Amino acid sequence: MADPEIKSWEPHHDSKSAAVTESRPAQAVLMAIVFVFLAVFLLLPLIIVFKEAFAKGIGTYLQSLGDADTRSAIRLTLLVAAISVPLNIVFGISAAWAIAKFEFKGKAFLTTLIDLPFSVSPVISGLVYVLLFGAQGLLGEWLKGHGIQILFAVPGIVLATVFVTFPFVARELIPLMQEQGNGDEEAALSLGANGWQTFWYVTLPNVKWGLLYGVLLCNARAMGEFGAVSVVSGHIRGLTNTMPLHVEILYNEYNAVGAFAVASLLAGLALVTLVLKTLLEMRYGAELAATRGH
Amino acid sequence: MEVRVANVRKEFERFPALHDVSLDIKSGELIALLGPSGSGKTTLLRLIAGLERPTRGKIFFGDEDASQKSIQDRNVGFVFQHYALFRHMTVADNIGFGLKVRHGPSRPPAQEIRRRASELLDLVQLSGLEKRYPAQLSGGQRQRVALARAMAIEPKVLLLDEPFGALDAQVRRELRRWLREIHDATGHTTVFVTHDQEEALELADRVVVMSQGRIEQVGTADDIYDTPNSPFVYGFIGESSSLPVKVENGEIWLADRPIGLQAPHASSGDATLYFRPHDVELLDGCSGCIAGTVAASRRVAGTRRVELEIGGERQRVEIELPVGHPAAQKSRVAFRPGRWKLFPAA
Repeated sequence: MADPEIKSWEPHHDSKSAAVTESRPAQAVLMAIVFVFLAVFLLLPLIIVFKEAFAKGIGTYLQSLGDADTRSAIRLTLLVAAISVPLNIVFGISAAWAIAKFEFKGKAFLTTLIDLPFSVSPVISGLVYVLLFGAQGLLGEWLKGHGIQILFAVPGIVLATVFVTFPFVARELIPLMQEQGNGDEEAALSLGANGWQTFWYVTLPNVKWGLLYGVLLCNARAMGEFGAVSVVSGHIRGLTNTMPLHVEILYNEYNAVGAFAVASLLAGLALVTLVLKTLLEMRYGAELAATRGH
Repeated sequence: MEVRVANVRKEFERFPALHDVSLDIKSGELIALLGPSGSGKTTLLRLIAGLERPTRGKIFFGDEDASQKSIQDRNVGFVFQHYALFRHMTVADNIGFGLKVRHGPSRPPAQEIRRRASELLDLVQLSGLEKRYPAQLSGGQRQRVALARAMAIEPKVLLLDEPFGALDAQVRRELRRWLREIHDATGHTTVFVTHDQEEALELADRVVVMSQGRIEQVGTADDIYDTPNSPFVYGFIGESSSLPVKVENGEIWLADRPIGLQAPHASSGDATLYFRPHDVELLDGCSGCIAGTVAASRRVAGTRRVELEIGGERQRVEIELPVGHPAAQKSRVAFRPGRWKLFPAA
């Protein structure tokens, strides 16, 4: 059968009409403001970080990174991220699934709760755990009695990090899943797939780019978190210092090269995250546009 | 596979979407569920599929009570209104999905799945598009892939929700004819939902007319069109005109005049007379007829539609005249309905 209506499947990008386009000088002024602002507040600090890190040559730089305490801080940061990011993937997918795919009482409340870490100061987030698990805290006695150390140890740092980073994956997935609705899942079920197969073959691929994007942001924040972790960590060198905390300590000890060397790693992480994020947005944007045309 | 819907009621959050609906679908039949939006037709289809569970009542597949079976166990092919193709899978993977997710020995080897997908693509006349993605297909092609995917699991019943709703008129007509051919070739028991009466009357063996969560009438296109059994069906299917009348001793009166129609079995009292605007007999004189002043006259395609003001009560009815008919020039027209029906006044 001839199909008369094969359409182009590329999304159409509407070009702006002349009426809403600013005059050339106005455009130039706006762009100049943005670029100067970015240069002063973002680019300059970034350059200074690397400049200071390499101020005494590459040898000193590598030596600072090789320091035992620094290496332990890097290890701890990686460990915390490796625990909290997967936890937040599980939590984020569960929350997004619950909110987007079915109705229940307290849904609006849950949605608000997920935003809580964004609206609360990280220091407060840390203090909450001190009040809960600290020696004078709610569970302090019981934990002490059972020989469980949460505060000023890795578990506390992980808990604080999970708390601060849990909105990232969920917030990315909720609107995506809501927009996609239940249609594909119903189709999979009607074809005989069970719940797990439906999730694995249909739901997950549909949100994979959004999920990756959320994981990326979650990871960046997990590695870079300072406030909440600072409260619960106890700053024990070589034991409970993450990279951001270690930077502060080194700086306070006037070890500028050491501080900036570790900072350069975090800055590097930020740059890598930025590049990946841009790549994902390009990919993910095309996918979303294709979805709309579908 | 016969499907029997027995006294099914469905409520959504205590709001009833279906009231006590019963329907027998014969094996191999092509059935249309027709009604305006909110009539419950899609809900009924989803209940048959197992996408919803009935609040009360039962659904039988053959002799087996399927009401509590999950959609996976019912083995129905469901074609969704917006197709719900898996966008990250190729056409072939979409069609093969239902076979791929089977367990154990009922799951065919990968090569067999590929072969089946190609076969079905031939059936829906899309050979060679195995490697395309849904976004690279036109609406009509997606529709056909969705149908092939639903048929891949060899369903007992094929269910289609507004199958042509999202397509333009020309493709619609083409696919309609094509669906009928597929149905005749494969012999699946098929139920489809539509709000388009032309589609329902043309395509289906029997049409189920629904309104406000109830079945109004079930019948062939002829039954539904020629002998509508309720004012709703009269109004919903085709054009209709109505007049408030009075019945006295088996005689129908319009205001103070008899109109020459007998209703020997109707009980006396107020009633509403329904007829088709095109099914009228024009009269010259008027002793026992409906007469009115021409209020408006419009040319509609091959006929002329005349609006008549009846009596002094500002009752208006429409009738259709042949284009060249002299009555269209007159200011007063008398007629008597050919086929008509009386319903007690609401």
